[in-house]
Amino acid sequence: MMIQNPSMADAASTDVAPTEVVAEFAGATKRFGAVLAADRINLRIRRGEFLSFLGPSGCGKTTALRMLAGFEAPTEGAVLIDGKDVSAVPAHKRPVNMVFQHYALFPHMTVAQNVGYGLRQRRPRLPGAEIAQKVDAALAKVRLADFGARRIWELSGGQQQRVALARAIINEPQILLLDEPMAALDAKLRGEMQRELLELQRSLNVTFVLVTHDQEEALSMSDRICIMGKGRIAQVGSPQELYDRPRNRYVADFVGRANIVAAKIIARQGGIAQAVLGNGATIGVNDLPGDTRGKAEIAIRPEALTLARGKDAVPEDTVALPARVTHRTFLGDRTEYLLMAEGIGPLQVNSPRQAASAIGEHDVGAHVRVLWRAGTGLVLAADI
Amino acid sequence: MRFYALAVYAFLYLPIGIIALFSFSAGRSASSMEGFSLQWYGRALNNPFVMEALWTSLRVAFVSAVLATLVGTAAALALTGMRGRLRATFDLLVQIAVMIPGIVIGIATLIALVSVFDLVNPWLEQITGWSLALGAGSLIGAHGLFTMSLVVLLVRGRLETLDPALIEASSDLGATPLGTFRQVTLPQILPAILAGFLLAFTFSFDDFVIAFFVAGAETTLPIYVFSSIRRGVTPEINAIGTMVMVASLTLLIIAQLLLRRSQAQRRA
Repeated sequence: MMIQNPSMADAASTDVAPTEVVAEFAGATKRFGAVLAADRINLRIRRGEFLSFLGPSGCGKTTALRMLAGFEAPTEGAVLIDGKDVSAVPAHKRPVNMVFQHYALFPHMTVAQNVGYGLRQRRPRLPGAEIAQKVDAALAKVRLADFGARRIWELSGGQQQRVALARAIINEPQILLLDEPMAALDAKLRGEMQRELLELQRSLNVTFVLVTHDQEEALSMSDRICIMGKGRIAQVGSPQELYDRPRNRYVADFVGRANIVAAKIIARQGGIAQAVLGNGATIGVNDLPGDTRGKAEIAIRPEALTLARGKDAVPEDTVALPARVTHRTFLGDRTEYLLMAEGIGPLQVNSPRQAASAIGEHDVGAHVRVLWRAGTGLVLAADI
Repeated sequence: MRFYALAVYAFLYLPIGIIALFSFSAGRSASSMEGFSLQWYGRALNNPFVMEALWTSLRVAFVSAVLATLVGTAAALALTGMRGRLRATFDLLVQIAVMIPGIVIGIATLIALVSVFDLVNPWLEQITGWSLALGAGSLIGAHGLFTMSLVVLLVRGRLETLDPALIEASSDLGATPLGTFRQVTLPQILPAILAGFLLAFTFSFDDFVIAFFVAGAETTLPIYVFSSIRRGVTPEINAIGTMVMVASLTLLIIAQLLLRRSQAQRRA
């Protein structure tokens, strides 16, 4: 995977036409005493999309979700749903529903009573027969058709998860909020649930907003990902955009692996910056639009670099960095090399299996050259 | 080790067992066993003084337990919503109230009530012709105050372990705050509330010390037993004691089962 030209600035991915906005954070800020849990969040959520908030614990992703659900009111700024400011609207009056991290199913009710709970709150009251019919339909949708009479504690974790899902979607919410719903499931079940969730989202055509700290989960399920750190949005974009064009070190580190090297920028033109690396080599990298710094960090993915022996010819538009192999990890489909590059520092290079079988493996301690092709690196912004 | 354990249990329960045993005696002595009969039970249940005292005890226990349960549950709910030092202070006061000896509560309540009556009665008598005096009302008040702390402790314990996400889930699904309380909070804490009621009832029903001070002209069952012992102990007293014990134990066991059930549900 190459890091591509970021000339189509992030505006393209963050800006959503007003007509297709289902919810919006407008400078939403949340303080808990001295702690700034969410810091001026600006984000438009597109109707029908699958959006994930991704980040480590304490990054503000859960606070953002809870502001959308109505469990927290923003200290400053506003949260809008369907164009209306709902900042002061309590949770029970918002057209959103949530699947809680530990499901929060009511233990004193049956599965059917749990699923029908939202419908029973409606005023004027719905007829009992209509509720029963909708409960059956919702249970069928999550493949729990005959489980209505069961007690919550009789269900496995995966089944409880699906009851929580049915209990939320039966209300036909504008947005379905999912707070780390897969965290309590084992790995195999998690994969299954992820596929089911995606299918459900497509069949319902409802906006899903997921909170997760699992980057694979976010990458595999989302139309767009909002990466958060320190209460701020680090970057918003499609999984491919975030991987190919991380805007800063935080995103480059959080999504996949990245080598980050310091460089001096000596010229910039047409979206390409000429970067002088620590060992004096000059390489063209994708520039950060609007950046004017003389020094910057450059990100390069481990799979964008290749290894060559001392005598191999260097292709055009490529620099060869002398380096020594310090670690080698064979992972079947690829081999991960950790190298110490002269004047640059540690680098990771991932070699796919075919490359290794063609040129052979490099031993620990071997002197090699790391080939870096022009246009595969990317200038990073200073901070979030 | 085992011997000592047995000795301790024997020391604890042998006197109670002996009373229960002697209550079935056919003889007239309260401290020996002569044959087997249920005559003392019959006599106790046909004694109008016993029945009146029992009726007073039941009335006082029921009303004071209802009061303690209502006020205690409300206090527990309010305490859970409070934060910081204020809550810590109230929690401490509730815990202290449970530990204060009955005799202190008895004397304190008596003095407090009498002072209030002295203050209010002349004025009250002039207007209504009635005056306040010690009796069932003061008993209910004193017992209710004391047992309220028990209810607060039990309900608070349950509320502490109640998953706040359940409340949020209910609200998220469109239930108003009152609807959430009725449909989620109350069913979740109901076993603790019932257990609190039963404990309060049992405490009031069994209490002698506080009742002795504030009962005025009323005679509760423990007071009746105490006063009849002064006239001489008969197996009738043993029979009454055994019946009270069985009734109290039954209530306590039900309370325990309720609390256990709510714990089991919590784990689910």
